[in-house]
Amino acid sequence: MTKVNFKSYLFNIVAILSVFVLIQILIANGTLSRYYVSILIFICINIILATSLNLATGFLGQLTLGHAGFMAVGAYGSALTAIYLRSNDILTGGIGLLLVSIIVGGLFAGIMGIVIGVPALRLRGDYLAIITLGFGEVIRVVINNLAFTGGAKGLTGIPRLVNISNAFWIMAFVVTVLYTLTNSRQGRAIISIREDEIAAEAVGIQTTRYKVMGFAIAAFFAGIGGGLYAHFIAFLDPNTFNFMRSVEILVIVVLGGMGSLTGSVMSAVVLTILPEALRDFAIYRLLIYSGLLVVMMIFRPQGIFGTTEFSLAGAIKKLRYNQIVSPRKKVKEDD
Amino acid sequence: MVLFLQQFINGLSVGSIYAVIALGYTMVYGIIRLINFAHGEIMMMGAYFAFITVLASGMPFYVVLIVSMVLAAILGITVETLAYRPLRKAPRISALITAIGMSLFLQNLALVIFKPEPKIMPPIIPRMPVFIGPLRIGTVTIVTIVLSIVFMVLLDFFVKKTKPGKAMRAVSEDKEASVLMGINVNRTISITFAIGSALGALGGVLYSVSYTQVFPTMGVMPGLKAFVAAVLGGIGIIPGAMLGGFVIGMVETLTKAYISSQLSDAIVFGLLIVVLLFKPTGILGKNEKEKV
Repeated sequence: MTKVNFKSYLFNIVAILSVFVLIQILIANGTLSRYYVSILIFICINIILATSLNLATGFLGQLTLGHAGFMAVGAYGSALTAIYLRSNDILTGGIGLLLVSIIVGGLFAGIMGIVIGVPALRLRGDYLAIITLGFGEVIRVVINNLAFTGGAKGLTGIPRLVNISNAFWIMAFVVTVLYTLTNSRQGRAIISIREDEIAAEAVGIQTTRYKVMGFAIAAFFAGIGGGLYAHFIAFLDPNTFNFMRSVEILVIVVLGGMGSLTGSVMSAVVLTILPEALRDFAIYRLLIYSGLLVVMMIFRPQGIFGTTEFSLAGAIKKLRYNQIVSPRKKVKEDD
Repeated sequence: MVLFLQQFINGLSVGSIYAVIALGYTMVYGIIRLINFAHGEIMMMGAYFAFITVLASGMPFYVVLIVSMVLAAILGITVETLAYRPLRKAPRISALITAIGMSLFLQNLALVIFKPEPKIMPPIIPRMPVFIGPLRIGTVTIVTIVLSIVFMVLLDFFVKKTKPGKAMRAVSEDKEASVLMGINVNRTISITFAIGSALGALGGVLYSVSYTQVFPTMGVMPGLKAFVAAVLGGIGIIPGAMLGGFVIGMVETLTKAYISSQLSDAIVFGLLIVVLLFKPTGILGKNEKEKV
């Protein structure tokens, strides 16, 4: 670990801890009501979903329109696991039950990602988008028609295990894993596929393997996000995981910048709070969203952050020395 | 046997609506390689245009149809000019996201203007069943099939025999070369959008008359299925869209009649997946080698 690297990690850990402490203090003195806390939990869930989609769409460069499908698999997988474990008295509650069931749900989603990814990733661009859309819809319709998922009536009796602390730490863990992944050797291989698949293949990167890997990891974390959602809402309706849900996650990723995890985090925060703040204009919410998406694509197609990551260490350095650090250099420092 | 024939005719009617909508997808894809996700919404808008025209004036069916098609064509050109034209040189992924954005935008615009409650489409085609032996066929079904086929023949004539049609084929073959040949590419693309959107409106009017309802999200499912139809037949190929439309309509109707009405959507999308895996360019598509 180099000195700069160590410093950067330290800054980030301190920052995450202070955000957590700040939330806890605000809850303790009653500034944050239960309503605000539930928004915070939704922010955590959306961050997980958006960063995982960003891995597939932003870093790997494969436009996926079925992310809600993986979320649904994870949600149902973890909800059913939790119900099963509890009814057989293997695990009755608490963090253990939550972790086991969301990991099982995530694994289901990840396996689904591999099953779908192996054939689908032979296709490129538009066709991949179409086939993931098709799979997403098939997953939803199948869940709608199965008996053990509760069908169209929805699934009830899911233990409510998520609170702000565990949601926050799971979110922080997911983002950290994704961040270290994208900065690793594997991550660079994934990014090279986005930049130029043929060139990547020519320098000896096994493109199929990395594509399926990236896709499966994205699906796994989408499943984790779905699991958290299931254990927070405690009720699942298959129709919440429709095409629109996939699009909403995509909007977060595109707005933040495809290929920027910090961008996804920021835009997940903004795009979760914004509709709540604009409740009186609820009818105009999606109108504004979609208009924003089009305008964004025309004037700044790379999103707010582009592919650069916001770096705390870099920002502090910039403030202290008042020097201009180019985005390219900032990324290098975090390597 | 009678039941099967009855379902077959229903399938033909549903299929011809899908085919007409699929033509819009395929023409746009053929010319600018963009999946126009907003096409389903143009179809929905076409249905609303017809609904408003009927309520406001009570004009006969064919006038309503023409008004709706013209308005939809204008809408299509507007969408193209405002949203897609600035992105013509942008990466494919940006254009695709813009199309999704445009689709959502139109849908929510309709939600704001027309409110989410479904409206009842007045019966602008008289509902007199025709009996052929034991078969009972509604006028709506006959009008749907006949109109769709008429417009497909007209489109075929337009693309093959007229000058703008020739320009359209040239642009979809090679944009740069057609500029050198003195073709106005922007105008040709606008014409393509206009025709595609007008056909979408035709599909929308027929759909809303068959199902007697108009609502803001009505374009989503038929749009997706028509799109599946276009891919199935080979996206970018006009006869492919017609074939795909009929296949999807038939598969959907027969699944609903004989297997399960809930699973019909899954089967339609499953069919898409199977086709894409074994022949990604669709039934009538030709393989294209990717160049470095």
